[in-house]
Order: sequence, then structure tokens, then C-alpha cells
Amino acid sequence: MSAPDKALSTGLMEESKGQTACKAEVNALDFYYGDFRALKSISMQVYERRVTALIGPSGCGKSTFLRCFNRMHDLYPGNRYEGQIVLQPDNTDLLAREVDPIEVRMRIGMVFQKPNPFPKTIFENVAYGLRVRGERARRRIEEKVEKALSDAALWDEVKTRLHEPAYNLSGGQQQRLCIARALATDPELLLFDEPTSALDPIATASIEELIHDLKAQVTILIVTHNMQQAARVSDYTAYMYLGELIEFGVTDDLFIKPKMKQTEDYITGRFG
Amino acid sequence: MSPTSEIRKRKRYEAIFAIIGLMALMIGVLTFAALFADMAFKGMGRLDWDFFTSFPSRRASQAGILSAWVGSTLVMIVTAFFAVPLGVAAGVYLEEYARKNWITDLIEINITNLAGVPSIVYGLLALGLFVYQFGLGQSILSAGLTLALLILPVVIVATREAIRSIPQAIREGSYALGATRWQTVRYHILPYSSAGILTGVIIGMARAIGETAPVITIGALTFIAFLPPSPVQAEPPFLSFEWVLSPFSVMPIQMFNWTSRPEAAFQVNAAAAGFVLVLMTLAMNGFAIWLRYRLRRNIKW
Repeated sequence: MSAPDKALSTGLMEESKGQTACKAEVNALDFYYGDFRALKSISMQVYERRVTALIGPSGCGKSTFLRCFNRMHDLYPGNRYEGQIVLQPDNTDLLAREVDPIEVRMRIGMVFQKPNPFPKTIFENVAYGLRVRGERARRRIEEKVEKALSDAALWDEVKTRLHEPAYNLSGGQQQRLCIARALATDPELLLFDEPTSALDPIATASIEELIHDLKAQVTILIVTHNMQQAARVSDYTAYMYLGELIEFGVTDDLFIKPKMKQTEDYITGRFG
Repeated sequence: MSPTSEIRKRKRYEAIFAIIGLMALMIGVLTFAALFADMAFKGMGRLDWDFFTSFPSRRASQAGILSAWVGSTLVMIVTAFFAVPLGVAAGVYLEEYARKNWITDLIEINITNLAGVPSIVYGLLALGLFVYQFGLGQSILSAGLTLALLILPVVIVATREAIRSIPQAIREGSYALGATRWQTVRYHILPYSSAGILTGVIIGMARAIGETAPVITIGALTFIAFLPPSPVQAEPPFLSFEWVLSPFSVMPIQMFNWTSRPEAAFQVNAAAAGFVLVLMTLAMNGFAIWLRYRLRRNIKW
């Protein structure tokens, strides 16, 4: 079977299971830092309950791209989006001027490169997202916190010390706490910006396992520096270079039989 | 020249600088220590309970600092009441809300400059504005407002520096969860910067408590033998704010008054009052250091 055929058949197979609904569709996205055009007409899909990885050399714009999804760039002056990111099922253009970035961030969670727990207790870290939404019922908050910590595979390790400072946790635990914090508000899409680059191999393995488990309940978009990681955790991979999307496809196809010469050079280590 | 003698020669310069540096340091430290010791030594004999509970008097041996320290304390309360909310709000606005452009740059430069304006200028401004224009008179309120203006730049700068030391990752973490700017300020920025802000506030207050020129300018009394009306009353509504419009004196003015007397006994009183004033200032600074240590212990990035 030739490579394109295989890609097609994998796609068909998944479609037949009815699971490849599109969660977000990026249409001709351009992004500018002042006059600098950091992203150049990117178009791709993010499939529901799948892990999509963004790979590429440093400075290729993959983090910039990721941060468009939750309008993080709105926090800083001089940034500008063009194009659309349409979130399903309600067909909302996340980048539209009339869409409030706060509304966007309430639907889309984010986990950062370096664990960034707040200098508060473990419990308060996870409860924060609920509190900013005005949730006051203590019972509901406690339930949600327990659920989120369980989903982030952290509950058993912290259940006896929920009211201790989050900084007492190890780096890997802190990162899982940040994942729990994002999960507590039931996001539809979870963004990971190189979540394991500050962690040791064992903590990295546990985060990867977690990402694998989480895709049953949430769509995941992950930026990673590490190609092996992309190959291990993702269903789809996008290769970016100098602000452009070079290739996007099913992870196995992209790594085994890339269509573009540039992609091949990068994943075989001849470049980057 | 052999290498060892060359090294020895270079090391001689090192030793010379070390000695110069040490001397420079000693001149600063020892001068203050000598002044302080002299004041303590001279004034110690006058420091007893009566000194703190007596009004000024024509007889040096019966004179005390009651009206001065009560006045200083009340003025400081008014100063803090106005300077802290205004300064913190301005600092937070500049750091977290204001767009970074030439207008904010201009404001920033001006705030730094305001901290260097001679305090007598604030006194003149306050005399025209608070005492006459607003009709607040030569009162505790006028003095408190004047000193609040004086330390406002200190509070703003301290607030901004404390806020700037909070990592951007914390702000992004908060915004990424859907928090508004105010929620981020309320739940993160203010709590995490409170140690730095309080330190700045107290250092500003320590400066204000020793200020003489602006307080004289607005007309603080140099001789006062009564206390402002008590803020607490026996009959409803129990709280009274009459004291804010009361005439007053403050510690440095009491000192100034006594030093200008010819009798030697009054010089002793001045030394004793100066000793108390320095202790008050040191206590405030010590409190600031302690507070910073306490609050920072729970926060690390």
C-alpha cells in the first residue's frame, strides 16, 4: 500500500468510528507582533478528543500559534490577528473582535512550559478557576477539586495535604497540579506549551501518560520540542517552520513517510 | 620584575582601596553612632514616665512631650489613611492597567522627580490648598494630607517595584483560567506584593514622622497644652472625628522649640525628645524589615 493510501485509509477508519469531528478549524491565520509577521496564513484542523502536536525548530512560531487559541496575545500591546480560529460545535470565531478573550479562556485551558502554581495552597490552586467564575458553594468546589486532581493523577499523592502550599510539591507534581487547575473548569480544549521541558524523564513519562488518558475527555493541542514525544503522545502532528505550516497529518504518516522534503530533513535530524 | 613582587605590588593597591572603603563606611556609621550616643547620654536623665505624660511647660523640669507624640501619632494615622490607598492604587494602575506609551513614561519620570521635591515646597502648596482653599485650617488633617502628598511617590515607587518582581507566568496562569484584570490584581498581584508595598509605606512614614519644614509651614503649634478631642466617646455614635480638625504639634517641632530656648535644661529635653524620635523611626524601620521577612517566607518563585 502506498503512503498516501495508508493515510487515507487511517482517516477513513477513524471517520467510520465517528470520532474525528473537528473541534477547531484554523483558517488563513496570520499573526503580527507589531510589524513582524510571526505566523503566515496557517490553516489546519484540530480534531475532537485527539492529541495534536505542533513541532518545529525554535522560533518557528509554534508557541505563538498555540497562544492564539486562548487569545493570550491580547495581554500585550501591539499584537494583531488576521484570519479565523473557529471553535465547534457553536461555530465561534475565537479571534473575532466581538468575542471576549475572557470567554475564550473560560472554554480553553492552558498548561505552561514551566510549572506555574500560584503561591497558595494545593486546594486553592485548583479551586481558582471556579472562584473566578463566581462559584461559591463549598461542596461543589470540593467535588470539582477532587475530580480534577484525580483526573490529573495527583489525588492520591496530595489528598492528605490539600491545604499545604503548592510549592512543597516536586516539579512533576506541580505540573500535574497545573493540569488539574486547568481541568477543574471542564475546558473543551487544553493547550500544552512544552509541558515537560522543565521536568526530569520520570516526571515527563507520567505527564505523557496523563495526556494519553486525558484525550478521552478533552481535545489536546501540544507544543513540543521533542520529536519522540510528539510521536509518542499525538494522533496528529503539524510541522512548522519560520511561521509557516509545512505539513500536517496523521502522526504515524508524518514521521514514517513525510510528504515534504523539509519535514523529512527535520525529523531525520538533518536540520534543526 | 619577578612575578611575586609584581603580585605584591598589585595587592598593595587592593589593600589601599580596602582601607579607604572602610574609612568611608566608618565616617558614615560612626558619625551617626556618635550623634545618637551623645543624644542618648544627654537626654537619658529626662526619660521617665512623666516626660511622656506631661505637656510642654515653661519650667524645663516639668515639660514633657505628651502633645507632641500624640500629635505625631495622629498625623501619621491620617497620612497612612490617605497615602496608602492612593499610592497603591496608582502603582497598580501604572503597572497592570496603563498602556505603555509616552504618556505613562512621562508620568513615571514625574513621579520619580516628585520624590526629590524639597519638602518645604509641599508645605507651601498645602498652606494655600488645604489650609486656606479647602478651609481645613491648621489642623491634623491638613498636616496628614501634606505628609501624605510628600510620601505618595515613595509609596507608588515601592508598589511598582513590588509588583514588577511578580513573575509574568503567575499573571498568565491567572488570565489563562479566565480571570479578569481585577481578579488577577485582587487574588495575585496585591497579596504577593503586599510585603514590598508595606515596606515602602513604612519607610515613607519613617521619613514623614521626622519632617519639620512642611508641618511648620502649614502652621503647627510650637506650644500646645491640650490634647485633640478623643476619637472614642461615651455616648452614641461613640466615634468622633473632631480630632482631625484640632490644632496640634509634632515631635520634631517640639524638639525645634526646645533647642531654640536659651536655658541649658531645655537642651536636655530636646536631646531626650530627639532620642525618642529616633527610636520611633528605628522601630518603624525594624517593623518593616520584620514584616518583609514574615510575608516573603511564604512566597517564592
